[in-house]
Amino acid sequence: MEAYIYDAVRSVRGKGNKKGALYGVTPTELSRQVLVALKERNQLDTSKVEDVIFGCVAQVKDQGVNIAKSAAQESNYGDHLCGVTLNRFCGSGLEAMNQAAAYVKSGFSNLMVAGGVESMSRVPMGSDGGGFLMDPLQAIPRNLVPQGISADLIATKYGFSRNDTDLYAVESQKRASEAEADKRFKSRIPITDINGIDILATDENIRPSTTLEGISKLQPSFAMMGSMGGFDAVAIDKYPEIEELDHVHHAANSSSIVDGAGATLIGNKEIGKAIGLTPRFRVRAAAVEGTDPTIMLTGPVPASVKALKQAGMSINDIDLFEVNEAFSAIPMYFMDKLGVDHSIVNVNGGAIAMGHPLGATGCMIAGTLMDELERRDLNTGLITLCIGGGMGIATIIERV
Amino acid sequence: MENIKNDLFEFEVGTDGIGVLSINQINNPTNLFSTEFITAYIQLAQDAIADKNIKGVIITSARSMFMPGADLRELQNMGNNPKEQFETTMQMHQALRAIETAGKPFVAAINGTAMGGGLELCLTCHHRIVLNNVKIKLGFPEAKVGLLPAGGGNSKAPYLLGIQNALMYLLQGKEVRPAQALKDGLVDDLAESQEELIEKSKAWILANSNPVQPWDNKKYRVPGGDVWSANGVQTLVGAAGNLGKMAHGNYPAQNYIMKVIHDGLPMTIDRALEIEARYFTKLLASKEAKNMIRTGFMELQKAKKGIARPKTEPKYEIKKLGILGAGMMGAGIAYVSAKAGMNVVLKDVTQEGAEKGKAYSKAILDKAISKKRSTPEKAEALLSRIEATTDPAAMKDCDLVIEAVFEDPKLKAIVTAETEAVLGKDKIYASNTSTIPITELAKASSRPDNFIGIHFFSPVEKMPLVEIIVGEKTEAKAIAAAVDYTVAIGKIPIVVNDSRGFYTSRCFGTFVSEGSFMVEEGVPAAMVENVSKAEGMAVGPLAVIDEVTLTLGLHVYESDPTLNKPAFQERSYKMQKDLVENHDRKGKKWGAGFYDYPKGMPKKLWPGLAEKYNSNVDYLDKETVGKRILHRQAIEAFKCLEEGVLNSVVDGDLGSVLGWGFPIFTGGVLSYIDFVGIQTFVAECDDFTKRFGERFTVPDKLRAMSEAGKSIHEY
Repeated sequence: MEAYIYDAVRSVRGKGNKKGALYGVTPTELSRQVLVALKERNQLDTSKVEDVIFGCVAQVKDQGVNIAKSAAQESNYGDHLCGVTLNRFCGSGLEAMNQAAAYVKSGFSNLMVAGGVESMSRVPMGSDGGGFLMDPLQAIPRNLVPQGISADLIATKYGFSRNDTDLYAVESQKRASEAEADKRFKSRIPITDINGIDILATDENIRPSTTLEGISKLQPSFAMMGSMGGFDAVAIDKYPEIEELDHVHHAANSSSIVDGAGATLIGNKEIGKAIGLTPRFRVRAAAVEGTDPTIMLTGPVPASVKALKQAGMSINDIDLFEVNEAFSAIPMYFMDKLGVDHSIVNVNGGAIAMGHPLGATGCMIAGTLMDELERRDLNTGLITLCIGGGMGIATIIERV
Repeated sequence: MENIKNDLFEFEVGTDGIGVLSINQINNPTNLFSTEFITAYIQLAQDAIADKNIKGVIITSARSMFMPGADLRELQNMGNNPKEQFETTMQMHQALRAIETAGKPFVAAINGTAMGGGLELCLTCHHRIVLNNVKIKLGFPEAKVGLLPAGGGNSKAPYLLGIQNALMYLLQGKEVRPAQALKDGLVDDLAESQEELIEKSKAWILANSNPVQPWDNKKYRVPGGDVWSANGVQTLVGAAGNLGKMAHGNYPAQNYIMKVIHDGLPMTIDRALEIEARYFTKLLASKEAKNMIRTGFMELQKAKKGIARPKTEPKYEIKKLGILGAGMMGAGIAYVSAKAGMNVVLKDVTQEGAEKGKAYSKAILDKAISKKRSTPEKAEALLSRIEATTDPAAMKDCDLVIEAVFEDPKLKAIVTAETEAVLGKDKIYASNTSTIPITELAKASSRPDNFIGIHFFSPVEKMPLVEIIVGEKTEAKAIAAAVDYTVAIGKIPIVVNDSRGFYTSRCFGTFVSEGSFMVEEGVPAAMVENVSKAEGMAVGPLAVIDEVTLTLGLHVYESDPTLNKPAFQERSYKMQKDLVENHDRKGKKWGAGFYDYPKGMPKKLWPGLAEKYNSNVDYLDKETVGKRILHRQAIEAFKCLEEGVLNSVVDGDLGSVLGWGFPIFTGGVLSYIDFVGIQTFVAECDDFTKRFGERFTVPDKLRAMSEAGKSIHEY
């Protein structure tokens, strides 16, 4: 059986801090609004939707106690609707889609909602604790370091300079601004208050005014952590050929911290016919792959290679790519390693410009890619994200 | 309850109903935390608790130290049956916890140094008062011997100190004086005299009839926040990073100390102690702890006391010491000797040079005064013992003369003759050469039986080792004198036999040459440096060559008259000669060696190396790089043992750890062979011989030991 994506919506993204527009909106409410939008856009017979799989990373406080079920309840799809929340860190939103596709392909489910949410303003990154960096017997023997150190390690090892990474960031902002001006973000919804008043109607974080000169003055974000926290030395123990880490990443060439949610509708062919929906894309392949946890963020390459092999495709068969811009060095490494031209990667900008609401991003960039493939009348797309702990996830989609 | 007096302590109950326990382990040089002691103590405490007439107990010491630690002689033989060890440790905890929670006040009246187990005994008391004497030290030194504080200290310290400060105390074995201990919360009060100490202890007992420990008090908050507070998370993440940076994962004790806090602090104290006991059990059986206790404590203590001196010789007293040459080494020797109370004559060719040498001591003392580690009076007294001179006749009344002039046999011969002309016939003459054979230098002496090598390390005031070199004709009296001198200045002597480079310089040379060879072969220079440090060497080999200077390396080689020098020496010579002559890379002093030394900036590896030697990350894996660095040194040390340069495995271990920073967790350069596994070591060296050269050839005797499945300590 095949799994089809019938639709994808995503919320606007607000700055993920105490000044951000969406700070006052609970993550359950963000989730509810994308579920409602999905229902309204498709005049969906919600009685046919069986489950909601949502990715969410920091599952405490507002995001605790299975937020997918909270969202399912709030959406008024009906009491029959179940919900399950998963955490594959930054790959969570895409993982939710892959799991839904797997349910559908196996025949266990006919129609599901898959998506993700993260309110980084209300539930800051790291709120959920964990042993990776804190339990000495986990962290020390494996030379585990914070992600920013890993990103700088990739840049150092593969020779991406501060200027290279800054140029990449400027381009991301430029592409996002153009896409915004061109009104290409068709599947994006505003977030509204209880009165129906818009709280935020466009992505809050895009900065059309970004210049290379402007961001070249920013201080590196992870240099202090690297020296005071000892993590440069920890990384160098694993990669001793490096004399000194080049701390190239900073606030403007790394993904922005934002709030947001996204949801997709995934089902088999028959259910579409039954409720009068036309599938937009087929899920062609999905894969995850682990890497060395110190360098941590190189996973998109092996995960994509694995997905391509599963699909029986070559890298040249992909028309457009979404490679999550967790840090500039991540898509740069991906393009270098797999020989992909920048002109077909993140064509409408990415997380550097628009932000990376951890649990939601995978599903959001899948939606961006779907819209763009249709706009350009192209067929195949690959979505991939680097993931904490040393993982990568990739999904290949194909127009129906 | 009756008064008690035994080999371990005295216990007397006063008319006020307060029992005073004075620890006095008459069969030990000092009070020690041992199974025998703690068993007796627990019995006594239980009896005191059961006795309704006793209101409380004061624990104090009848010795100058309260209890400076555990009995390592006992510990080093424990732990071989982990299950039994764990259960024994838990039984002790249960008994000590019953005492803590019985509701009867116990006060530690700390009237001397309390470290490790001694301090942990104090933590089982409800109140700690310490005599305000700067000679008293408190701390948890267990990590220094590869262990964790297993008498409850690991679990309890964070309650008193907060996580961050507890980590400082526990991971680094930080020692504090009473005032600091009070400030940090490790103790509750200070007393200015022994009388006040007991008075305050009694008063506290009378005022606190039902005390509760912080870790039993539900309302108590850990200073700075618990493990999962924002501060706790940040502290532990940073601590893990910095621990990785400092220890490179080589020291399990530090990792476990942090683990006990991470896992245990959020738990009830009784269950936390169980975590502590499990990791302690693991450490006690670890190679690292056994190595650190043996080399870093037992053998070091013996050496420090002068075990190396010939037993039959009478003690050789040094009232006046002569030093020839007031350069960096001579000046350092002058300082450490004057500090030990000797009168020193410091001679140089010019008065200016001699005064400059004396000024070295003044600079050290000024710094000590500014850090309140000395006083102007003490400094003045020390300086007054150093006489700067140019007159060879000033050596006349010296008991020992140490020559520390430039490494030139001709120059050394001249000063030897000049000095012996005035020096008493029965006095000892020593050379501080680091490479030239003593037998050769002694040829210039009219009394080679009194001629010996005393090899200091730089900087003298900081480096603990002294390598004493016995020449062909050197007699026992000179050896005794050299050892007695070394012990007197508080340093650690090893006695070795003559050879070019002796023991330390020779093995150390293989460390740096092997590092440079790998660069020559195409291993990235950063990889050589970083892997060496990750393996536990204090400094990278290339940085060391730069410090010593490449030109000195050339000089040493060129002035060595030995025919048929080993191939590796020639290779190293050619490589350094090429760098000096064709690339003008002479060393740090000139701002250019393996590193560039830009002014006011950290040094950076010379980019020309990568180009010149076609550096390639994939040429050699980092495991092999690390093994080449360490195996090579061990092979050379074994040769020294076989050739009789070294008298024992222990000397080899101590010399490597104290002399050139070989990692202590391995036990030292020869114990390292056991650490790797003798058979693995031999097999890997055989492989390296094929791949990298003859210098890895396994000596026959080592191969035989490996085949017989022997430990290196059975040599």
